[in-house]
Amino acid sequence: MAVVEDRRAGVQPMWVERIPPVWWALGLILLTMPAWAGDFILFQVMGWTFILGIIALSLMFLAGYGGMVSLIQMSVAAMAGYMVAIFGASGVAEISMGLPWWLYIPIAIGVAALFGTIVGALAVRTAGIYTIMITLAIASAFFYFTRQNYTIFNGYSGFNLVVPPQLFGVDWRQAVPFYYLTLGCAAICYAAVVYVSRAPFGLALQGVRDNPRRMAALGFNVTAHRVAAYTFASVIAAIGGILLVWQNAQIAPGTAGIPAVIDILVIAVVGGIGRPIGPFIGALIYVVLSTFSPDLLTAFGLSGERFNLLIGLGFLAVVFFSPDGVLGLWERWQARRARMSDPLKGGGA
Amino acid sequence: MSAAESFAAGNAAERLGAVSTGNALELRGVGKMFGALAAIEDVTLTVRSGERRAVLGSNGAGKTTLFNCITGDFLPTTGTIRLFGEDVTRFPAYERIRRGLRRTYQISLLFNGLTVADNVYLACRGVSRGRFSFLRPRRGDTLVARADELIEAVHLTASRDTAVANLSYGQQRQLEIALALAGAPRVVLFDEPAAGLSPTERAELVAILNGLPEHIGYIIIEHDMDVALRVAERVSMMHNGRIFKEGTPEEIENDPEVQELYLGGGDE
Ligand SMILES: Nc1ncnc2c1ncn2[C@@H]1O[C@H](COP(=O)(O)OP(=O)(O)OP(=O)(O)O)[C@@H](O)[C@H]1O
Ligand SMILES: [Mg+2]
Repeated sequence: MAVVEDRRAGVQPMWVERIPPVWWALGLILLTMPAWAGDFILFQVMGWTFILGIIALSLMFLAGYGGMVSLIQMSVAAMAGYMVAIFGASGVAEISMGLPWWLYIPIAIGVAALFGTIVGALAVRTAGIYTIMITLAIASAFFYFTRQNYTIFNGYSGFNLVVPPQLFGVDWRQAVPFYYLTLGCAAICYAAVVYVSRAPFGLALQGVRDNPRRMAALGFNVTAHRVAAYTFASVIAAIGGILLVWQNAQIAPGTAGIPAVIDILVIAVVGGIGRPIGPFIGALIYVVLSTFSPDLLTAFGLSGERFNLLIGLGFLAVVFFSPDGVLGLWERWQARRARMSDPLKGGGA
Repeated sequence: MSAAESFAAGNAAERLGAVSTGNALELRGVGKMFGALAAIEDVTLTVRSGERRAVLGSNGAGKTTLFNCITGDFLPTTGTIRLFGEDVTRFPAYERIRRGLRRTYQISLLFNGLTVADNVYLACRGVSRGRFSFLRPRRGDTLVARADELIEAVHLTASRDTAVANLSYGQQRQLEIALALAGAPRVVLFDEPAAGLSPTERAELVAILNGLPEHIGYIIIEHDMDVALRVAERVSMMHNGRIFKEGTPEEIENDPEVQELYLGGGDE
């Protein structure tokens, strides 16, 4: 027993000292960004990256730690966004209730978590391709339902003028406050996933991923554990959904249409579902491509609409060359560099 | 620290609180069909609390299937299974495990993406509260300490932080045993724990089994008569899905039918 404590407490440096320099640099860049980047970059590029990253992070949690590829995450996020519009204020006064933010935010997260949990309860008894199919089926049902239901979801037109509350006298839809709001939420969600991955709940989820039969033989209720993972992931997706509705100032069925649902999968896979940072890398690539490639394409005399082609090709390339995403490429490059500089092992393949 | 010492530190309250009829396991007419194949048929078996039983039988006799029915990995097609007096026939595996049943697998079923320490920690967590805890274990956490004791008991302390995928075959077999001994086991099913081990590793295994506290009973499937006779008080013989003989190791060894079918058969 004493041996363990020594190993944990004595020799190792403080946790602050253990943070690699790359993280310090990244933190510094992100915190000081408003000083040198324009509003468009802050609001449109970075804000959107953090939001999509959060939603894709919820998929990374399920897929990377739980082995469950869920296509419902975008719908869960949209559900939270809709709840903000319905329980908070919007341009559709007949439906929106105009409750204060400290009521509609918990309601939005709660409803979205309930929705995600129910979908999870239906999906966890299936595996692999069937999980993908059942979540995709529910996601498209959600899309058509919101488009056809006018009493709650206001059908085709959805809700406009959905803005964040004027908290502390700040207009949170201004570029700089919104940038820090999304950065803060992304950092909290990221830290929560990293922390939980080493807590009993997350560790057991990885056990369920590796070997569900053995987990049952160790006393774990595998089904309940998987459903709980959906609940946790839904809370994260809901946070992303609330930020998304604030950024767009509107929500409509297309927010969780099938293309958007697939985009989340693409983002998570391109970034890498092995580690929680992957979805944010994927989101940055996606946002940069979809923001700037139309200009690039037009410059080459192609139609700007073709940016989806570029993203699709990028997706193919990543899946083909690096199944563990851009993160996997980076890790392999690091490992190779370490090998090269190691005189004993040399520079062989 | 010996395995025995490490179990003395186990959860005594959990053990004392349990209702016991004196029998750890009572199987009545248990059968399991795979399609048209009867893997086991009409198995009736009683194992007392604390009893050490060996199950012998040729390949395909149904030994592993019997274990799977007892633990709930598969539900039996017919018959009833009582665990410490309670009818658990339809219980899911995790409910039986929480009542003190444990098992190892003939072909290791481990968490390859996790370290040795995480594997054993999960085993300890599975049979205690807080399976859904969102809080990381703190320094000095009792379950972490218990996991480290188990790791030491199976001689894996040096590989504590190694990923399971990088362990040797023998080490993986040791880890199998550690997972089955987590918490407060009352009856453990060992499925050929000695298969593929070196003579030294076999001797260690026998020491671990003999070092278990008296209240922990077990059933061990073992082809190696030397090992089986050294660790079991009673032996059950299986053939073609049925138990056809039961007795002390001496009785079984000297039984003409057994000698013809199994020991003298020349195929083992
Ligand atoms: N999951 C399964 N599906 C179909 N048939 C099975 C299954 N598991 C076992 N069997 C069959 O049931 C019979 C008994 O198998 P079992 O694994 O219980 O034998 P065993 O006594 O453990 O043999 P061994 O000594 O080889 O481990 C065999 O004929 C086997 O092919
Ligand atoms: Mg077997």
